Amino acid sequence: MSVAELVGTFRNGVHPHENKEQTENFPIARMAFGKIFTLPLSQHLGAPSKSIVEVGQTVFRGQLLAEAGGYVSANLHSPVDGKVITIGPRRHPRGDLATCIELEADPFSTQTINASPQNDPMNMSTDDFVASIQDSGLVGLGGAAFPTHVKYKLPEGKTCEHLAINGCECEPYLTCDHRTMVERPEAVVRGITIAAKILGAKKTSVGIEKNKPDAIAAMQEATKNLDDIEVYPLKVKYPQGAEKMLIKAIYGIEVPAGKLPLDVGVVVNNVATMTQFADWFDEGLPLIERVVTVAGTAIARPANLIIPVGTSVREVLDFCGLDMNTQQVIMGGPMMGMPLSSLDVPVLKGTSGLLAFTEAPKGHQNTLACISCGQCLEACGYFLNPARLAKLAQARRWDELDDFYVNDCMECGACSWVCPSSIPIVQLIRTGKGALRELKANQQA
Amino acid sequence: MDTTLTAVLIMSSIGTFFGICLAVAHKYLKVEEDPRLDVVEEMLPGTNCGACGEPGCRAFSEALVGGIKEPCQCTVGSPDDIEIIASFLGVVAGEQDKVVARLHCAGGLGLARQIAEYEGYSNCRAAHLVGGGGKGCSWGCLGLDDCMVACDFDAIHMNEQRLPVVSVENCTACNDCVEACPRDLFDLMPLSQKLIVQCNAPLEGDDAYAVCSVCCDGCQRCAADGDGKITMQNNLPVVDWSDGNIAASPKATWRCPTGAITWVEDGQFIQPTVEYSTRKEVAV
Repeated sequence: MSVAELVGTFRNGVHPHENKEQTENFPIARMAFGKIFTLPLSQHLGAPSKSIVEVGQTVFRGQLLAEAGGYVSANLHSPVDGKVITIGPRRHPRGDLATCIELEADPFSTQTINASPQNDPMNMSTDDFVASIQDSGLVGLGGAAFPTHVKYKLPEGKTCEHLAINGCECEPYLTCDHRTMVERPEAVVRGITIAAKILGAKKTSVGIEKNKPDAIAAMQEATKNLDDIEVYPLKVKYPQGAEKMLIKAIYGIEVPAGKLPLDVGVVVNNVATMTQFADWFDEGLPLIERVVTVAGTAIARPANLIIPVGTSVREVLDFCGLDMNTQQVIMGGPMMGMPLSSLDVPVLKGTSGLLAFTEAPKGHQNTLACISCGQCLEACGYFLNPARLAKLAQARRWDELDDFYVNDCMECGACSWVCPSSIPIVQLIRTGKGALRELKANQQA
Repeated sequence: MDTTLTAVLIMSSIGTFFGICLAVAHKYLKVEEDPRLDVVEEMLPGTNCGACGEPGCRAFSEALVGGIKEPCQCTVGSPDDIEIIASFLGVVAGEQDKVVARLHCAGGLGLARQIAEYEGYSNCRAAHLVGGGGKGCSWGCLGLDDCMVACDFDAIHMNEQRLPVVSVENCTACNDCVEACPRDLFDLMPLSQKLIVQCNAPLEGDDAYAVCSVCCDGCQRCAADGDGKITMQNNLPVVDWSDGNIAASPKATWRCPTGAITWVEDGQFIQPTVEYSTRKEVAV
């Protein structure tokens, strides 16, 4: 019996209905190129990128459009051959109008990329590697879109013992990482080899939930001759794909509150990020397209599609057959994704799924009073008290939220999911977090 | 019986002992306080709103008795109450321009474009997080009552367009609504400053019209008519009030194509907005 079978998971958490059968057996396909591509300058965590192109300029696929606007920021490349038509405010998936570069694709272009492989990453120094990754515009493809290069620049005195690769895909409906592991296990392994070499990690563990037996088999097959990569089948549970939960599930180590995974010697990356490493170093492909799961009750032809970043959500949904009676469209997974207020928004680097439903969730319309049942406490992977946090936020007692460690909440939504009174706990906590941040900024000023 | 008696005796002797202690302390450790303090505090409204800049009515009465503040700086009390306090303390009541909260948005229901329906916790701050609350403009009023709830003086009511209407009589300029608004739409302005920019969106031209019919589209006509006192910043007009009440006439608002810059005599959103055609005639 391996360690994985003994540990297998973290404490607490929930198990929503997986709903993955819609897309899990469909191979990744490619969608036809659209006409208009909208690229927000801010589609990653950190500072927005700075545009280096002008309106009217002709750009080619893979050309740099915007440079990183700081250390925690990423480059942005053109997903198509075409022309810059505007640089101005366009709707961002989070709902506001943000500065975007709008491209018109050249209808006569073959859209082939003229890229050459990068230098051999195995002989690179860490600094060169970090610079190279920042050049590629790579951000974490798991959903949070955190610029990847930041993770690879280890601070002084910190060492990375283990590299943990997240293949959990614990969000319901999403199967893009699943399909990536089934179809491109060698690319994942290639990415892991590069990452482990740069980090100096002794062991790499790939955590995959047990509801993906074909992905586990494919990864085991691809790693059978490699002693330093181990595949860990994990119990199916949400939010196992969260960094700290994954570390607990694989290694049995708890990351202390307010600390980073690196403080316990672990770096966590998503499997899709690993394939992007392989694509960048072996083929010279920057992050210009990604695999997106399109599913939900309102989708006639669910699919896993390779979609160029910047493609309009409306085009993608029309391609997959959107129902006329669609009530809600979510970007990302149903637990943590954001509901879209408009379909005329682009697919971002961090978009893992597009889900459309014919029935909007009825829960919030009949929110009842908290009955103090404690189910949210049993769901919270961070051992917080979500009910208390929600009550404080509702009472606008922002300053007290800090006493209950509100900033450790990762907003996974497990508490809202279990709540029998349908209280929008996460929304209240997010409201509180924002207000608390403002309060602190005011106090400092 | 014996134990009960002992208990009663012990308790009463402890009581007597501490009573004597307190009596001695009252006699010898007493802090002399200005007797006027209590009287002035009694005269103040007692809302502890903080609009005067002090942490509460007690602190304000200390500042009054100490001569640091003028009675008129209490914005809640009526002029008669202020006069009573001034005559009691033998000071001048002073003159204070009435300050009220003004909303920098006029895009209510039916005027600003709504792109999606927001269902959920009815609170501006919460709605702001979910796809911008479904409102096309990400700078405009969400109309979900955060300011009305925050107001302690019943001065804010939502009108049929879901816009907060501030009652000039009741508003004490306590700053609560300014802090409550997640989009920073409220501003405290003296009543004498009648030229109000009712838009907060830094959009220009068609981008602005795409989200709201009463937006400021950055056309700069008001700046041209503003006698050099109006400048454009971030595609929005900014009125320079540094040398007092400069804009004595509503001339700057006449050529505004949307009515984003308005001349407000009293409260916002209560007087009918002048039709564009009529305004143009006036301008000619």
